[in-house]
This record gives sequence, C-alpha cells and structure tokens, in this order.
Amino acid sequence: MNLALHGAIEQGLLFAIMALGVYLTFRILNFPDLTVDGSFALGGALAARLIIEGTNPFLATLMAFVAGGVAGIFTGVLHTKGKINGLLAGILTMIALYSINLRIMGKANLPLLREDTLYTFVKDLGVPNLAVGGVVFFTGVALVFLIGILLLKAIIDWFLQTDLGLDIRATGDNSKMIRSFGANTDTTTIIGLGLSNALVAVSGAWVAQYQGFADVGMGIGMIVIGLASVIVGEVLFGSSSIFRATLAVILGSVVYRLVIALALDAGLNPSDMKLITALIVIIALTVPAVAKSVWKRQPFRATKGGRGDA
Amino acid sequence: MLKISRVRKVFNEGTVNEKIALREINLNVTPGEFITVIGSNGAGKSTLMNIISGGLIPDTGSVIIDGKNVTKLGEHKRASFVGRVFQDPMAGTAPNMTIEENLAIAYARGKRRTLSFGVNNRKRELFREQLRQLDQGLENRLKTKVGFLSGGQRQALSLLMATFTEPKILLLDEHTAALDPKRAQLIVDLTQKVVEQYKLTTIMVTHNMEQALNMGNRLLMLHDGGIILDIPQEKKQTMKPQDLLRAFEQARGGESFSEDRYLLS
Repeated sequence: MNLALHGAIEQGLLFAIMALGVYLTFRILNFPDLTVDGSFALGGALAARLIIEGTNPFLATLMAFVAGGVAGIFTGVLHTKGKINGLLAGILTMIALYSINLRIMGKANLPLLREDTLYTFVKDLGVPNLAVGGVVFFTGVALVFLIGILLLKAIIDWFLQTDLGLDIRATGDNSKMIRSFGANTDTTTIIGLGLSNALVAVSGAWVAQYQGFADVGMGIGMIVIGLASVIVGEVLFGSSSIFRATLAVILGSVVYRLVIALALDAGLNPSDMKLITALIVIIALTVPAVAKSVWKRQPFRATKGGRGDA
Repeated sequence: MLKISRVRKVFNEGTVNEKIALREINLNVTPGEFITVIGSNGAGKSTLMNIISGGLIPDTGSVIIDGKNVTKLGEHKRASFVGRVFQDPMAGTAPNMTIEENLAIAYARGKRRTLSFGVNNRKRELFREQLRQLDQGLENRLKTKVGFLSGGQRQALSLLMATFTEPKILLLDEHTAALDPKRAQLIVDLTQKVVEQYKLTTIMVTHNMEQALNMGNRLLMLHDGGIILDIPQEKKQTMKPQDLLRAFEQARGGESFSEDRYLLS
C-alpha cells in the first residue's frame, strides 16, 4: 500500500463524520439538506480561527459542533416554522454561511502551520502502525481515527434506538403516523437537522486541522461527497438495520476516498474530482436499478436462447 | 367523555370554492359509547374526525375531551387522549421500522420522549403478550420491519397500537374499507374485542350500512355538514339497511337519494 492510500483511509474516516450527518438527514429524516456545504466550512473556519487565537483544539472542535448545530436548527426552523421548501431552506442557510465563514476567518484561507491541533495531538500519541510482514495496512493515526469513529457510530446507533430517536426515524418514515402518537414533527425535524449539521461541522473542523488550513471553499460539493459515501456504502455493505447502515456509511466514506486516490494515481487532476464524485453517485444510483432489470430479463433470454432463435 | 358544541368548519371561506364542511354541529358522547357514523361523500365525516383528533381546528365552537377543553390543541398535543386508525393500512405504521419499534412509539403516546431505550425487555414482553391477541403470529416477529407485513396484518397492528394504551377516545376512519372481505371481517372482530376489553369510547366512520347497524350502540348519519339522524341502540338493533335508507330519505325531506343510495350501499 502506498502513501496515498494511507492518506485516503485517514481522510475517509474523518469525512465519515460528515457522511453520518448526511445519513441522518438524507436517510433517517428523508430530508435533502443542502446546509451541509455551508456547515462543513463553518466547522473548519471556526475551529481554525479559534485555534489560531490560542483556544484548545478540543474546545475549538466542540465549538464547531455547537455552531454547526445552530446552522442546522436554523434550516429546520426555516422549513418547519417558515414553511420554506426543504431544499431551498438548506440552500439559503448555505449561502448565508458563505459570508459568515468569511467573516469568521477574516480572509479566504487560514493556515494552521505550527499550531497545536487535534491532528498533531493524535500524531503525538505515537500509536504504532498496523503492519503485516512489513506492509503497513493501517497507520497509527488511522487506528486512532477508526476507534473515534466507531465510538461515534455507537453513540448514534444508541441515540436512534431511544424514544426520541424512534420519533425522529418515524418522522422520516411516516410523519402522519408519528403525529397521531403525540410527537411534534417540527421539533423532531429541527433536532435531526441540528444534530446532522453539528456532526458535519465537527468533520469540517477535523479536516481543517488534518490538512493544516481552513478554506472558505472547503465545503463546496460536500453534500454530494456525503451522498456518495452513503449510497456507495449502502450498495456495497447493505442497510438492513441501523447498526449495519451506519457501518456502511463509514465504510462507504473510506471506499470513496480510495476510489479518488486511485483516480488521482491514474493521472487525473485534483480539479477533476468533483466530476468523478458526481459520476460515482450516478453509477451507484443507477447500477442497482439497471442490474435488477437485466437480472429480471435473464430467464426470458434463456428460454429464447434455448429455442435457438436468439 | 367527548362534547362538541356548535362546531363549524368552512374551507376556502369567501371564495367561489367555499365549502361548508360542518355547520354548527353538537355532539355529546358518554363514556363507553361506541358510535358508528355514516354519510355520503362530502357529508363532513372526515372533517368531524379531524376536528376531534386535532388535525383541523374548528372556525367556531368548542371540543371538550374528558372535561378538558382541547379546541385549540394541535394533533400531537391531543394524542394522549385520542387513538386513531386510518383507512389506508400504510398510514398507521412506519414501514422501515420494526414491529417492536412501532409498538414502542405507540407505547410512548402522549408521554415526554426521553433518551431511554425505546424497546427494553420489559416492554418487549408486554408487546409480545399484546401481539398474541391478534392471532397473526406477529409475537414471534418483533424484529421484522412492518413494511414486510400484509395490509391486513398492518391494519391489525395499527389497531393494536391505537388501543393498547387505552386512549379516552378511539377514532376509526373507515379502517376496514381498503381490505378484502376476509381480512376486513378479521379487523371487525378484532375491533369488537378490543373496544369491549378496554371499554373504549369509540367513533367509527364506515361506508358499510350493515356494519354501521351491527357494530356499536349508537348510529349517526351525517349529511351536508350536519347530523341528520341520531339513532340510539334500542332502535338501531331492530333496523335493516332499507330502514336506514328510508330514514335518510325522510330526514332529507323526500329529496331524491338515488345517487346517495349508490354511495351508501
């Protein structure tokens, strides 16, 4: 395994936090939330600014969580109380956040050189690489990330099994039914959006610290990357239960980064990656449907062939 | 138990599409009463149900459930008083959640949602016991997603979810109309059983006159936004569908009912 693939696994695990957030809105709430592009950059911008000003990186990341939650709640209120179409509510928050993020950073790009960040903290832990026969499969950093993301997955799995979690899931599944059992679907939608964007912002904060800078454009296309992770994960690893679906999202995020790394390795430009991302989502969405219809037609073809007139 | 006073509901008021759904309706329901409601399309049956459930807020008048004025309370705030089964078997359950998760949601009816586990072993035992009464073998399929069940099974589950927390009022909105005759009969039997068991105050809308006469202990006929017939148990017992049609005709002042006869039969 070369260095690029190690990096891809580490990145995949960090972006998986964002993908889990997208899973919460896109799959659980059945709400296409475009706030993500804005809240991801918001997390990165806020964490970078706070760290540069000397805030502890843990606290800075926690602040990113809170700020992302507020952004999600804002979208939720626009949609439920302001009766704005869900897609549009997300876009409005996203575009508003672009200006807010520039305000937070003061300029379009904030480098985190020589700052103490969560990434330097993880590296300093000195966890050894996981190597078999001299080939490194997991870097020590990736192992720490993996433990962290599995812990987060466990918390999300637990949350979705609680009474409140069941209400949020039912809101996306059958909102008429859950209202008749006494849940306020406005509230559950707002909570779901808040949690989702809080996770997305944490992911942005981590990525900024990992790559060593925050950039106002770092969130562009993030919703599509999140969708790619969710959908690729579901296609490859299944989604029959919550436990399995969240695991699939994490693995989907890693697979996505590996595909991107391989595409770069094959000589494509980094600027081509948005195109690759869109293609991955299109393929992941259409291939199962096409495969199904081909599979259905097969017995028919076989009989035709059997008669010798094919 | 339920007191509806001078409730009026108009849709699109002041426009060419104005439709008076309910005109100054009064209804007093005593505890344990099981009312069947019939009426042609557009008579105001659904509006009446929605006014009781909180899906619609009346323009004027008041709705009092168990002594509490709930006129302005939204649907989710009334849910602790009102259980409801819809016509569409898909409407009352969440298809991508398991049977036990659906029951857990019903179990939490009207309570404050917390971060404790929705399903635990104690609840699971209770759910199993309740499901056994449905006689559908669902007690062994707690972890099956509801989307995999048949329409009849989903409706049986909806009925159970609407009733086992013993709501003050049970609303049945043509809940057998979308099922084949055999499954419809099963749901009818089940309805009789649970209403009896919990002594539920029930209001059931139906298109089936036979059903309206055979079930319950009071019959209401709605027409054009008003209650035109209110038949008590003693009289209802002796009536046949033809008698009901005749009464309907009389109540409407001899107006032709050829179209409605078709709709009611």
